[in-house]
Amino acid sequence: MIHLVQLVQQLDQIFVIAKHWLLNYVPVAAQPLVSAVLSVVPILIAFPLLFAITTLLERKGLGRMQNRYGPNRVGLWGILQPIADGVKSLTKEDIVPITADHAVHFLAPVLLLAASFMGYAVLPIGRNMVMVDLNAGVLFFFAVGSLMELAVFMAGWSSRSKYSLLGAMRAIAQMISYEVPLVLASIVVIMQAGSLSTVAIVNIQAAYTGIWPHWFVFTPWGFAGFVLLMVAATAESNRSPFDLPEGESEIIAGYYTEYSGFKFALFFMGEYIGMFATCGMAITMFLGGWSAPFSFLTWIPSYLWFFAKLLTLIAVFIWVRGTLPRLRMDQLMNLAWEFMLPMTLLNLLTAGVWHFMPAGSLRLFICSTMVVVPCILLSRGLKHKKKFQVRTYHFSE
Amino acid sequence: MVGEGILKGMAETARNFFGSYVGKDRLTTVQYPEQRDPRIENARSFPFLVYDGVDWHDGMRCVACQICEKECPPKCIFIEKSKDKKPDANGRPQFYPMTFNIDISICMSCQICAEVCPFDAIKMDVDYSLSTDDRFGGLLLDKQRLSKSNEYYNAIHPTEAAEVDARLAAERARQEAKAKAAAESRFAAITPAQPGIGGQR
Repeated sequence: MIHLVQLVQQLDQIFVIAKHWLLNYVPVAAQPLVSAVLSVVPILIAFPLLFAITTLLERKGLGRMQNRYGPNRVGLWGILQPIADGVKSLTKEDIVPITADHAVHFLAPVLLLAASFMGYAVLPIGRNMVMVDLNAGVLFFFAVGSLMELAVFMAGWSSRSKYSLLGAMRAIAQMISYEVPLVLASIVVIMQAGSLSTVAIVNIQAAYTGIWPHWFVFTPWGFAGFVLLMVAATAESNRSPFDLPEGESEIIAGYYTEYSGFKFALFFMGEYIGMFATCGMAITMFLGGWSAPFSFLTWIPSYLWFFAKLLTLIAVFIWVRGTLPRLRMDQLMNLAWEFMLPMTLLNLLTAGVWHFMPAGSLRLFICSTMVVVPCILLSRGLKHKKKFQVRTYHFSE
Repeated sequence: MVGEGILKGMAETARNFFGSYVGKDRLTTVQYPEQRDPRIENARSFPFLVYDGVDWHDGMRCVACQICEKECPPKCIFIEKSKDKKPDANGRPQFYPMTFNIDISICMSCQICAEVCPFDAIKMDVDYSLSTDDRFGGLLLDKQRLSKSNEYYNAIHPTEAAEVDARLAAERARQEAKAKAAAESRFAAITPAQPGIGGQR
């Protein structure tokens, strides 16, 4: 029995043990550098691999939602499709517009990818599996996440194309608008955990009452925060139904209209990697990070739980993409400023009430009411505000 | 209720997702190279030349009148008329095209050539598997590649071909009757004073 417990623990810590074992063979002077490389390289391998799998799952899943087969030619059931896509994008001609700012045009996809990878530095992928445990980890994550906006604008501006510029301006407007609810939705967690460190946030949630975990998503403010954060994350990662920046029916491909070949693939990858990072942050803050959903399942390695939760969230993203049509620009902005922002602010108040009230069913009732009633009233009010009228066009008539 | 529409939509896509694994009738995709839909009679792709009989060259209906070449809006047809004449399917001597090329990379499938042809020699094909790795030679069809039998025409456009065949047969019968009558009259002109034969009739 004790052997079994030890084996489970070793399996859970297998990557940590392997890293320490490898470090023993390295001279002491080189150890910090090698340690960093050993932490970074697995992430640089695992998440692009996950990206490849996700593109396949997305194409298959979307196909099935539209009653199609999806890719089924390359390999058995099309499982080698990502490799074919990669070869295709590598062999394509790399076209740069002659009037483009070549240096910035080249740097934009690189910066996007670099920015989207940097968020992983503070993500606890498993127990003791975090690159750096910054005491301001959440702050670092959102600061790095906003670098992506810079990359997007670099791409749109340097291309010297009207579609790119329109796409970039849409993207900037959208990303800045949704950054506000994104950060405000996550503040409730920081209030409750009393720490900005991602490791500390997960450790608080990794405790159990009976068989139930202490995940923040199971509290009223946590549930509201989680849903708001996921909506904002969808908008941040420019995914359907918030994919206006690349709205192909209006502005071709938005800010990456002028990118082809592997640079386009880099953009595509950067966007997915960024989406995984935001999902990982949502998991860390609301879904208990690497902790198991029931106390009797803790023997399953922690990193497997993290990836299981990540894949579940990705599946939800794909599902939403297969369901909802694209929003209009004014709907997008109204949602951010008229619905999401008041809801996140109210959620802060709810979290405060939750913190200062004694635990019990009264607290649960009051806090649930504080979330549900404003949500219904706000959406009703916004619905009533809309009136149907003949639309007038200011510039085309 | 807030978000009810979204949930309904999500339920619908979930039903599609799982239903497509259960009920095969949901999936309408035809797996193209292996499976093919039946040919559609009213479809048209590019023109072809009809020939009667078994040999494509001897039975070619085209008499190189060049009307289609002149009418073709994108000018994708190129015809060279022959100097000599050869018997057509009815046995009458006719000119024939020395060269008859259609560049199907230029052709816009408008069917005007088929409509103006007085000899029912050029018709529209329904074949769509025309991809080639040679974008110049592979898409420039010469008269041998353009020639397809009347049986093929009957197979792809049964209604239209039956009507054309009936018209051509009527025309041929009329021609034959006329020739016969002409021969009769010539015969009668040569031997006018033979009532015995006329009486036998």
